[in-house]
Amino acid sequence: MSHNARPVVGAILTRPFIAALAVFALCLLVLAWRFVVGLGPTTGMNDGFPWGIWIAFDVVIGTALACGGFSVAILCYAFNKGKYHPLIRPAVLTSALGYSLAGASVIVDLGRYWNVWKIPLIWNWNRNSVLLEVAICIMTYVVVLWIELSPAFLEVWEKQEKYPLLCRAARRAHGWLNRYLIAILALGILLPTMHQSSLGSLMLVMVSKLHKLWHTPLLPVLFLSTAILMGYAAVIFESALANEVFDRPRETKILASMSGIMVVVLFFFLGVRLVDLALRGRLGLVARLDFYSWMFLLEMALFLAPALLLLSQKRRYNPGIELISAILMMLAGSLYRFDTFLVGFNPGPGWSYFPTIPEMTVTIGFVAFEFLAYLFIVKTFPIIHTGVAPHAFGAAAPKSSV
Amino acid sequence: MSPTRRSVLKGIASAATLAATGVPKALAAPPRRKTPPADAVGLLYDATRCIGCQACVVKCKEANGLPPDTGTPRGAMYDAPDDLNATTKNIIKLYKGEDGRTSFMKAQCMHCVDPACASVCMISALHKGPRGIVEWDPDKCVGCRYCMTACPFNVPKYEWQTAFPKIVKCEMCRHLVAKGGIPACVAACPREAVIFGGLEKLRADAKGRIAGEPKKYFPKVYGDTDGGGTQVLYLSAAGIPFGKLGLPDLGDEPVPLLTESLTHAVYQGFIAPVALYGILGFAVYRSWRSQRLGEGGEK
Amino acid sequence: MGPSEERRTGFGKWEAQGVSRREFLRTCAIAAAAVGLPAWTVGEIAEAAAAKGRPPVIWLHFQECTGCSETLLRASHPAVSDLILDLVSLDYHETLLAAAGKQAEEALQAAVRKNAGKFVCVIEGSIPRAEVGSYCRVGGRTAVEIAKEIGGKAGAVIAIGSCASWGGIPSADPNPTDAVGAPRILEGKTVVCLPGCPPNPYNFLGTVLQYATYGTLPALDSLGRPSFAYARTIHEDCPRRPHFDAGRFVERFGDEGHRHGYCLYKTGCKGPRTHAPCSLQHFGEVVGAWPVGIGHPCFGCTEQSLAFRVPLHTTVEIDRPTPPDTFAPIHADHGGVSVAAVGVAGLAVGALIGAGAMASKKLGASKGEGEGKGEADKEAK
Repeated sequence: MSHNARPVVGAILTRPFIAALAVFALCLLVLAWRFVVGLGPTTGMNDGFPWGIWIAFDVVIGTALACGGFSVAILCYAFNKGKYHPLIRPAVLTSALGYSLAGASVIVDLGRYWNVWKIPLIWNWNRNSVLLEVAICIMTYVVVLWIELSPAFLEVWEKQEKYPLLCRAARRAHGWLNRYLIAILALGILLPTMHQSSLGSLMLVMVSKLHKLWHTPLLPVLFLSTAILMGYAAVIFESALANEVFDRPRETKILASMSGIMVVVLFFFLGVRLVDLALRGRLGLVARLDFYSWMFLLEMALFLAPALLLLSQKRRYNPGIELISAILMMLAGSLYRFDTFLVGFNPGPGWSYFPTIPEMTVTIGFVAFEFLAYLFIVKTFPIIHTGVAPHAFGAAAPKSSV
Repeated sequence: MSPTRRSVLKGIASAATLAATGVPKALAAPPRRKTPPADAVGLLYDATRCIGCQACVVKCKEANGLPPDTGTPRGAMYDAPDDLNATTKNIIKLYKGEDGRTSFMKAQCMHCVDPACASVCMISALHKGPRGIVEWDPDKCVGCRYCMTACPFNVPKYEWQTAFPKIVKCEMCRHLVAKGGIPACVAACPREAVIFGGLEKLRADAKGRIAGEPKKYFPKVYGDTDGGGTQVLYLSAAGIPFGKLGLPDLGDEPVPLLTESLTHAVYQGFIAPVALYGILGFAVYRSWRSQRLGEGGEK
Repeated sequence: MGPSEERRTGFGKWEAQGVSRREFLRTCAIAAAAVGLPAWTVGEIAEAAAAKGRPPVIWLHFQECTGCSETLLRASHPAVSDLILDLVSLDYHETLLAAAGKQAEEALQAAVRKNAGKFVCVIEGSIPRAEVGSYCRVGGRTAVEIAKEIGGKAGAVIAIGSCASWGGIPSADPNPTDAVGAPRILEGKTVVCLPGCPPNPYNFLGTVLQYATYGTLPALDSLGRPSFAYARTIHEDCPRRPHFDAGRFVERFGDEGHRHGYCLYKTGCKGPRTHAPCSLQHFGEVVGAWPVGIGHPCFGCTEQSLAFRVPLHTTVEIDRPTPPDTFAPIHADHGGVSVAAVGVAGLAVGALIGAGAMASKKLGASKGEGEGKGEADKEAK
C-alpha cells in the first residue's frame, strides 16, 4: 500500500534528547542496584502491597496508553476506514515501544526472573491463571507489533545497496511479510482484545481485597473499553505533539471523526459501570463520601468531561479541546487502573504503599527511553506522514524541532 | 464525522460481542467446585485451649530452618515478629478486647480446599500437593507475587531484602508428614490447642466440641465452608467472633470461582478466540482489498 | 531496773543469747516486708514485740507431718529460729514443748484460760470427721472437739499449711478419713488460711506480727488467704516467665532446655493456676531455693483443685492470663510512607498536568478551527 511517510529531518542528539538520556542513565543505575540488593531496599512494595507502580503503571497503564496501534487498527482494518491510515505507523511505533517497555518492567519486577523462560513451556501452563494468559499474550503481541512496524525498517534497509546482505534479507523479509500481513494484522487486533480485558480479570480473584466500587465480574469489559479509549486518546495526543514538533498540517478531520467514536465508547463505559453498580446495590458506597467515594467520583468526572466536551462537532474540530479531551481520557483511564490495582486494593489494616524515589526513577526512566527510542526511530525510518496525498510530487519530509 | 446511528450501533454491536463471549457463558456453566482429597490432612486450632506459650512458633522455625527475626519493628525485642513474614511461617497473635477479654490466634497457611494462590499461579509453582497440602516449588516460581495479592488471608510472604527471593509460607511440615510424622507446631503444643489429623475427623471433632460445650465456644467452625473450605479449622471462645481474630468473612464460595468461571467461559477449548480471529481475519482481508484498490476512505 | 533484769526483758534478752539488736530489727523488717507493711512500721513492730508483750500463740497439731512447724525453724541463721519463736509467746506447741502428757494438757488449759479471747490459735494439720472424728485423738479427745473448743475461744485463728487450710494430703482421693480444713470445722469464724506444703514462714510471721502490733488481720480473699501473699499466681511473677513468653520449654528432665533453665510448663508446672508468693519469696532465705528454682515444676501445693489431685506432669490452663504487650497484635502496623517520595510524586504529576494544560491552550490559540478543517479537507480524499 502506498503512502507518504518520510524520516523526520533533524539531528538526533538535541538538548531534550540528551536530557532524557541522562534520566535513562539514572534509571539504569537504579536497576543495577535493584538486581544487586533486591526489591525491598529499592522499592516501596511490601507484603501487604506486593504490586506497585511497576505493575500498576508501567504494565497496566503503560500498555493501555500503548493501545494506539490496537485502536487505530480496529478502525482501519476491521471497520475498513482507510482514511485513518496515516495514523497507523506512528501509533504502531508507540505501541511497540510501550509494550516492549511494559515487558521490560515485568522482567525488572519479577523476583525470580531466572525462571522466566519456563513460562512459555506449554506443559507447565496452569490454564486457570489469568496472569499466564496476559504474559503469553503480551509476549506474542510485542513480536506482532514489531512485525507490523517492520515495513518501515525494511523499506530503508532494502535500499541499502552498500550492505548487500542486509538488502537481500530485508527484501526477502518484506516479501514474506506481504504474504502473511493479513494474519498478522488480525492477530494484532485479537491479542490486545484478549489481554487488555484479562488485565481487568486479574483483579477478579481479589474478592475480599478489592473495594466493591471496583470489583465486578464486568472488569474485563471495563478494562477493554478503557484500553480502546486510552489508545485513541494516545493517538490524538501523540498526533498533536508530533504535528507541533514536526511542523506538519494537522489531521484534524481524521482525529475529529475518531473523537466521535470515542464519545460512544465513553458513554458505553460510563453506562456499564453505573448500571452494574446500581444493579448490585452498591451506589450507596458512593454516597458514603469517604476516600473511595471521592476517587470514584473523580474517575467519573474525568470520563464524563471529555464525553461532554466532544459531543459537539464544532468542538471536535478544535485542536485545543481535542487535546484536552485526549489528556482527560488518558488521565481517566489511568486513574481507573490505578484505583483498581492500588487505591481500591486493601489487604487489611496496617499496610500502606507509596513508591520510593528509586522506584519512580525507574518508571520515569522507562518513559524517557520510550521518548529517546521514538525520536531516534522517526528520524531514521519513514514513520511520520508528510501530510500530502500519495503519489503527489514534492512531498517534503517533516522537520523536527526536538 | 459525527457519531451516526450506524456507528453507534456498530459500537454497541462490538460491545455486545465481547459481552456475549464473556459474562453470560460464565454464569451459565460454572466449573466444578473442588473437594478435598480422600486422604486430606488438616489442623484444628482451638483458641480456648491455647495459652499463648509460642512453643509452636519456636519449633516451626527450628523445623523449617528459619532464622530468628532480628529486624523487629517494635523496639529492641529479639525474635518477636509482629506478623507472618519472610522468616516466620507460623505466629501467635493476641486479641485484646475492650472488655478485657483476651484470646490467642495462631496464624499460618490455611491450606484452602480451593486455594486462590494455586489458581492464579502461572506455572503452578504453588499447587495443591499430596494430602491437600498447598506446596511451593522454587524451581517454577518466577516471583511475580500474584499469589500474594490473591490470598484472602495474606499468607504468602516474600523475601524482599535479598536479590534471590523466595515465597515463604507454612507447608504443614510436608517433609515431616511425608515420613509419617506430624507438623512441628502440633508436636510442640503442650495443651493440644492445635492438633493434626484427617480432615474429616478434625471437622467432626470440632463440631463435637461445640455441641458438647455450647457455652464455651463461638457457634461456628471457621474453615468448614469459608472460602470454599480450608484444611485448617478454627474454634473460638464464645463471644469472640472470628472477625476479631483477623479471619475474614469470605462466604461459602471458593475464592477463585469467579475468575475461573470467566476464564473458562471465554477460553474453553480456545473456541472463542479462534472464532474471533477468523472473523477479524476476514474483516482485515476485506479492508485490505478495498483499500488497495481505492485511494482509501470509506466504501 | 538492774542490768540483769534488763537482760531478761526487751532487747537485753536477745543480747544475752548473742543476737544483736541489728539482727532482731532485720527479722522484724523482713516480716514487715512480707506482710506489705511500710518501712516505718518496723520500729513499731520491734517495740511491740520487745516491750508490749508478745502475743500468746497456742499451736494445735492434728493430721500433719509437722512440716509447717519445720518450715518456721528452717532458717539460715540458727539464732533466728529462736527469734521467731520469741517474737511470739508460744504457750503450747506439741513438738517443741518440753512437757508431755498430763502436764502438757494442763499447760494448754492454763494458757487458754489466761488469754481467752486474746490468743492466736494456730492449727496445723487437717481434721478428720469420719467415724465421729476418731481418726485423730489427742489426749483422748477428737481433733474436731479440740479445734472447736480452743478455736472458738481464740482471738484469731490461723490455719497454717494446706492440710489445715483445706485438707491437704490426707484429703486426697478417696479421703478415707473425711479430712477437711479448719475453716470447715470452725464455720462462721474468720480463719486465716496460709496454704502451702509447706508455706513460706514469713507469711505466718507477717500475719502474726500485724495482729500483735495493730490487733488487725491482713486483708483476706474469698478463701481466707491473705492477699499480700496469695493474690498473685506463681506464673505472674516467675523468674522463668520470659522463657514461657518466648516459647522456650523443658521437654524432658535433663535435656538442653533444662540445663538452660527454660520454663517448666510442659513438664506439668502448676504455676499458672497456683496462688502463692514462692516465685518472689524463696525458702530458707536462700535465693533460688524453691521448686522451680531448682528445676522441678511447681505442683500447686496451695490449691485444693491441684495438689494431690492433678497428676504432677499434667499441664494446666492459665488463671487470669496476662499476655505481655510483646505479642503480635491481630493487625500489626507495618509503617508508613516516605514523605519525600510523596513530594516528588506530587511535583511530577503537577508538572505533567501543567505542561498538558499549557500545550492545549497553545494549540487552541495558534491555529484556528477553519484553517485546520480546510487543510485537512485537502488531505483526505
